[in-house]
Amino acid sequence: MTAITDIPDAPRAARRPQAGNPVLRWLRQNLFSSIPNGILTVVLVAILAKGVFSFLQWGIANAVWLTPANDSSACRAARGVGACWAIIPEKYRFILFGTYPFDEQWRPAMSVLLFIALYFLSTRRALWRRELVYLWIGALALISVLMWGGVFGLSFVSQDRWGGLPVTLILATFGLAFGFPLGILVALGRRSKLPAIRSLSVLYVELIRGVPLVSLLFMASVMFPLFMPAGFNIDKLLRAQIAIILFAGAYLAEVIRGGLQAVPRGQYEAADALGLSYWRKHRLIVLPQAIRHVIPPLVNTFIAFFKDTSLVLIIGIFDLLTTAKTAIIDPAWQQFSVEVYIFVAAIYFVFCFAMSRYSRSLEASTASR
Amino acid sequence: MTTDTPRPPPRRSLFGAWGPRELKGLFWQVLVVGIAVGVVAFLWSNTVTNLSARRITTGFAFLGREAGMPIADSLLAYSPRDTYLWAFVVGIANTLRVAVIGIVLATILGTLVGISRLSANWLLSRLAAVYVETLRDIPLLLQLLFWYVLMQALPAARAAWRPVEGVFLSNRGLILPAIPFGPPQLWVLGTAALGLVAFYVIRRWLIAQQMRDGRPRPAWPFALGLVVALPAAVSLVLGVSWTIEWPELRGFNFVGGLTLAPEYFALLIALVTYTSAFIAEIVRSGIQSVPRGQWDAANALGLRRSFMLRQIILPQALRVIVPPMTSQYLNLTKNSSLAVAIGYQDVVSVANTTLNQTGQAIEAIALIMAVFLTISLSISFFMNWFNARIALVER
Repeated sequence: MTAITDIPDAPRAARRPQAGNPVLRWLRQNLFSSIPNGILTVVLVAILAKGVFSFLQWGIANAVWLTPANDSSACRAARGVGACWAIIPEKYRFILFGTYPFDEQWRPAMSVLLFIALYFLSTRRALWRRELVYLWIGALALISVLMWGGVFGLSFVSQDRWGGLPVTLILATFGLAFGFPLGILVALGRRSKLPAIRSLSVLYVELIRGVPLVSLLFMASVMFPLFMPAGFNIDKLLRAQIAIILFAGAYLAEVIRGGLQAVPRGQYEAADALGLSYWRKHRLIVLPQAIRHVIPPLVNTFIAFFKDTSLVLIIGIFDLLTTAKTAIIDPAWQQFSVEVYIFVAAIYFVFCFAMSRYSRSLEASTASR
Repeated sequence: MTTDTPRPPPRRSLFGAWGPRELKGLFWQVLVVGIAVGVVAFLWSNTVTNLSARRITTGFAFLGREAGMPIADSLLAYSPRDTYLWAFVVGIANTLRVAVIGIVLATILGTLVGISRLSANWLLSRLAAVYVETLRDIPLLLQLLFWYVLMQALPAARAAWRPVEGVFLSNRGLILPAIPFGPPQLWVLGTAALGLVAFYVIRRWLIAQQMRDGRPRPAWPFALGLVVALPAAVSLVLGVSWTIEWPELRGFNFVGGLTLAPEYFALLIALVTYTSAFIAEIVRSGIQSVPRGQWDAANALGLRRSFMLRQIILPQALRVIVPPMTSQYLNLTKNSSLAVAIGYQDVVSVANTTLNQTGQAIEAIALIMAVFLTISLSISFFMNWFNARIALVER
């Protein structure tokens, strides 16, 4: 509780007239403003120095960076004292693209780049127009062609062989692209005046949000064949994708509902006064304002959702995390899972961190307006 | 829309000509409900056909059969000879064990980190920010696998680490000194709980008195008497022993003390650290939401620091903190189902094994749903009660 007492004092300390070396002044204000603070700083520096030093020793100084192909003897010699980064060049193709045919792996690589370009363009405010929807449809169609092939001289690759980063991005992006319209419909349903539609929407949202995603995925992988007529079956990846869409729809609906509640009543009444129909009223007047209100929480939901796609590991779908886990089954490299997990964590981190930075910049720009 | 030229009347929607709005609404409702019922009926009839084709009888009769599945780590006595019903109960106990302790620890850690982020000490606040950003942006399942791998890489029992005397950390998990627990100890704790309730009632009465005449009345003697002295007296009268049992290494394993299995420990660490990052952000924004004028006003009144925090700042911050905290608690509970990935047998894992062994898919999923809905509703209920207590009372 000592730290909290510093809050109201901070601005006063800043106002105090200061002289001397700016570096010393900064140090004094931010690290040694009081005796307990100074002690805290010294203790933290000591712990940090020890931690960083041993991590650098393990991760850089004693690390093995490269070994001859499929030979982990150097790594095993350094085990316990140094990291084995050599496992990354050894296994990165498998971790990133799974069992996709080796010579065709430029196709998933291109798909990943397309996804990233699509995300980047979607963040541009100037592009928030109807054309963005066409852009999404076009890009997703192009990615499907690249991944499946079978046309334009590309050989056909069945989706059992897809794996790694493209699968993670596909699950997240398609989950979003379909979950978002679903979420809008359900959010509108939940605020509808029609009791049957409202209760169906509430039932859907509460049921999905009440159970863990893991159990939904189990349901998709185990129970789906039970639900369908005999002989009818669809691919495991598609089933997981459907579960993720349903899951995303429920969570996005709640966020969008918050936005709908924030639109002033006058807007609804004005639209009614213009004689707009229900759908035109929402499409032209209400939804654009509602969604604008909730863009930061929407991005946060996207982040949560991107991370949650990793749960498909539990039903054995080859997303990025599963390929990583599979890569270290290889007996020669078994002991170096920590390095692989760090590598994969870095990939997830880059995507999520970019999104959270973006969400924060959006929040700042909406707050200033 | 900006021109003044007369526009044709808005196009009527397909069913606009039917007349009153209600009729249109009724039509849409009948349509949507009809589709929903149709889909459910289609799935249901398929399921019934498929189940009879596989000779699986629906119903919960299987719960009485022998489970035959091993559950390594459980609070309750269990053997594979027990019934599926008991296996489920053991699974629920395991879920609750990780969720309840996880929620308590995540709240403590998250609050500390959240306060650290607001510290005037630059280094501390930066470290807290790095902690939050790193943990929030990496999938929980990945973190869980990471911790589990680290647990397995720990030295064997013989070479266990001893960070503190009596505490062992090895690939068998974390072994802590513990007090053996039985009915006598429970009696003492029960007395303490009763004392707490009594103290709460007395305190309300004291506050009501203070409201009448404005004289503060100290409540701590009652707290001391009811929550400390009374249970201590009961303990003395009953002669309850509170000796700590120290674990020791015998042969290849540990004897005595409390063992947290590696699976449980990894799951607990992953859930607590991950959730604490989110709680830290909630706590930070809650404290920041208290206007600076409140601090200044409290200072101007010359209140003591602790009193000011307890009576002025915290009640206002809590109003912002509690609602999102509720959803974090729910998230932690639901996330505990990731246990299945490292083989800790929580209720989802037990249900999954049951499903594989018996094919009773619908029943197993229904049980999972029932358990999680019950837990979710209980947490929501408690947090709503707490929220109503601290909510702003407009006078």
